[in-house]
Amino acid sequence: MALEDYKNIIHRCFRCGYCRFTSDCSYLGFNCPVYNKYRLETYSPGGMMWLIRAWKENEIKWTDSLAKILYSCTTCNNCVEHCKFKFNSDIVNVIIAAREEMVENGLVLPLVGRFLENVYLYGNPYRELRSNRDKWTEGTKIKQYTREEFLYYVGCVGSYDIRGQEIARALGDVLLEAGLSIGILGPNEDCDGNEVKMLGEKRLFGILVEKNTQIFNNLGVKKIITLSPHSYNAFKNYYPDRFEVFHYTQILRHLIRNGRLVFPKRLNAKVTYHDSCFLGRHNNEYESPREILNAIPGIELVEMERNRENAFCCGGGSGNFYTDFFGGGEDSPARVRVREAHETGADILAVACPTCMTMLSDAVKSEGLEEKLIVKDISEIVKESL
Amino acid sequence: MDIYSSLVNIVEKDFVSNRPEELYMYSRDPGAQPPRKVDYVVMPKTVEEVQQIVMLANKRRIPVTPMGGGFTTCALTVPIKGGIVLDMKRMDKIIEVNEKSKYAVVEAGVSQGALKSYLEKYYPHLQHSTPEAPPTVTVVGNLLIDGHGHLTPMHGVNSSMINGMEVVLPTGEICKIGSCSISPCWFTRRHLPDLAGLFIGWFGTTGIVTKISIQLFPKPRLRDCLVFSTDDPNSLPDVVFKVFQTEMAENFFVIAQDKPDWMLGHIYIVILITGNSEEEFELKKRQLSAMFDERVKFMEETPPAFKRRFLEVPPFAATAADFAKGGGFEYVGGILPIEKIPEAWRRNLEIIRRYNVAFSLAIQPLDCGHSVMFGPIYSFNRADEENIERVRKALDETNKLILELGGILWKAELPGQKLMMERMDTNTVELLKRVRKTLDPNGIMNPGNWE
Repeated sequence: MALEDYKNIIHRCFRCGYCRFTSDCSYLGFNCPVYNKYRLETYSPGGMMWLIRAWKENEIKWTDSLAKILYSCTTCNNCVEHCKFKFNSDIVNVIIAAREEMVENGLVLPLVGRFLENVYLYGNPYRELRSNRDKWTEGTKIKQYTREEFLYYVGCVGSYDIRGQEIARALGDVLLEAGLSIGILGPNEDCDGNEVKMLGEKRLFGILVEKNTQIFNNLGVKKIITLSPHSYNAFKNYYPDRFEVFHYTQILRHLIRNGRLVFPKRLNAKVTYHDSCFLGRHNNEYESPREILNAIPGIELVEMERNRENAFCCGGGSGNFYTDFFGGGEDSPARVRVREAHETGADILAVACPTCMTMLSDAVKSEGLEEKLIVKDISEIVKESL
Repeated sequence: MDIYSSLVNIVEKDFVSNRPEELYMYSRDPGAQPPRKVDYVVMPKTVEEVQQIVMLANKRRIPVTPMGGGFTTCALTVPIKGGIVLDMKRMDKIIEVNEKSKYAVVEAGVSQGALKSYLEKYYPHLQHSTPEAPPTVTVVGNLLIDGHGHLTPMHGVNSSMINGMEVVLPTGEICKIGSCSISPCWFTRRHLPDLAGLFIGWFGTTGIVTKISIQLFPKPRLRDCLVFSTDDPNSLPDVVFKVFQTEMAENFFVIAQDKPDWMLGHIYIVILITGNSEEEFELKKRQLSAMFDERVKFMEETPPAFKRRFLEVPPFAATAADFAKGGGFEYVGGILPIEKIPEAWRRNLEIIRRYNVAFSLAIQPLDCGHSVMFGPIYSFNRADEENIERVRKALDETNKLILELGGILWKAELPGQKLMMERMDTNTVELLKRVRKTLDPNGIMNPGNWE
């Protein structure tokens, strides 16, 4: 919906600030990653609502600093989850609509423009060649999709980021080991567009939806397993309702329940799990990852204080893993989250998202915790226990 | 060096702004007062940074307005004469909790929510008096505006719970008030000349409080609310009197509003009771529920909306912001003698009808029933300037009504302050001026207030 369509709610935010916290009435820390970092009222969800309205009412002009504020939102949905008013479901939508208006008026910041241009030209934000999209499969038994039961959709981070590629390989191996019939699109895979949508480039997102849908249709794809919760979110909520879409943790849980995935090896480790925003708050999937971890012999699962709908975002959403509007520092969301994970006494910080992986792995290094805390994807933990 | 660069030399660059977005945001609050100009927004982290900013402000003769949560709804933290807004929320350390002497020492930016959660986590048997405001508002801000909390009816206005403070004076000296000026213990401000009064209720015109010690109280195990209804405002002074004679109410509200429909035209009395045993709890319930005459009826079934509204600490009072589907409300905090309630109630309803504003009319008895806060809350639509103007007029008439009835205005917005100054004893006005001039010779601290 366009910003104009929100004109009856945009002024209704009182800036009471419940959106900055969690729902378990713990007000000790702020759960909005943007506000927690910047602390100025402008960087709160309510502050953004007020600024967007002021911009629309010509009370303030568009500036780079306004754009920076609006792009720093990771669309983690914490505000949507915790705002107490009836219009809560539209808070992030209003921010996305404002970004759409910035795109329409040619007002995007250069970093964002580069992200979007790269996706348009190369099918990924990294400006990597399409032909390299399946290089990560070298040495594996993962094949191109030819009407297998499942399309294994890897996504941009899994295809190109070094750590993401390791996860993509681990999951591919696990799915094959469990006897699943899977194939990938390889060089034919295009960006799912989740971040493009969040950044407000609705035309490019429309092109990606159309292109990907056509490819899926042409190949006879019926079921999709995504590596990334971001892809899962896009396919499930914004693509035509023709495909059955699963995040891989949902498939692994199913395989465990049916006895098709058993764990002969014991992994003696204390593990804490970080909920991805696009799996958790956006799609209400909190239990599959936990059920998998609890099924692995020797794993002691401990929760961080902020978990499930109260989880603290890693800061990577809405393209921030590339644009990096947080710019590091000890209050950057990923570093805050890593410290919280370390406080649990866990040896392993488990994730189910390649974007969270890149953000949190970097943060572990910045915090000097490499010897104490390892970030692993659930697919990797599962593979180790097979 | 320009002022911006000088501020950046004192405080980390990320926390100094003269960008249009921050100037816009800090030039207004969620209440109905018109926006006012701001030149800089600064978020200090330490008392030394505050001190340096104050010294810079003196040198450059630029006003400084300290801000906590910024939720007075009457724009007390929006500068009247421009200058620097000092957003204190990065000074957010809970420094000490003394369990046996029951106090907490907190920095100026610690939120109500943070202190509440901290106590629940580490000292679940203790609590502080929490205002009917969102959890983002600050403990220090509430204390300095003479704010109320859920323990105010039983234990007094929150500012009476201040044990001591650290203040940066308008001339830059760091000064301690109370026992902490003599010893490391922040356990009392009594038995010494009570200098805390120089900073309570002055709206940041006499200094910047950077730390405060607040008294804590036992937290009973059980809590519930009893609800009564009446259609007769004349019964209210007796109701307040009788309830406080029992010494059984933790908190107490009288409320009327036009929404939802079932509340229209009725007055509801909500008494919060607590207990540490079922026996104690049941005794209080039994005694309180049977204490009124036929004009005041006990509701056997507490409306669920009331449980949600009043049992939560802090209660979700911001719900009034959506009464007019418009994200705004402001209220008059009229402090009145008990016997004036019926007339205030009737005449205020006339004001509400005259200006046709969405409202919630609430009374909270203060200081063990020695006075009440008569608080008509006027909701408005921020997108409707005509609606906001009607609310401003209603606020003005209510201010005048309260003063006519012999009351005073709590945390009055600028027009309300002027009304009080016009009526104030001239020697008192002169004393206010003299105190300010002595403390703040250059007139940098939030000028325009109490003038």
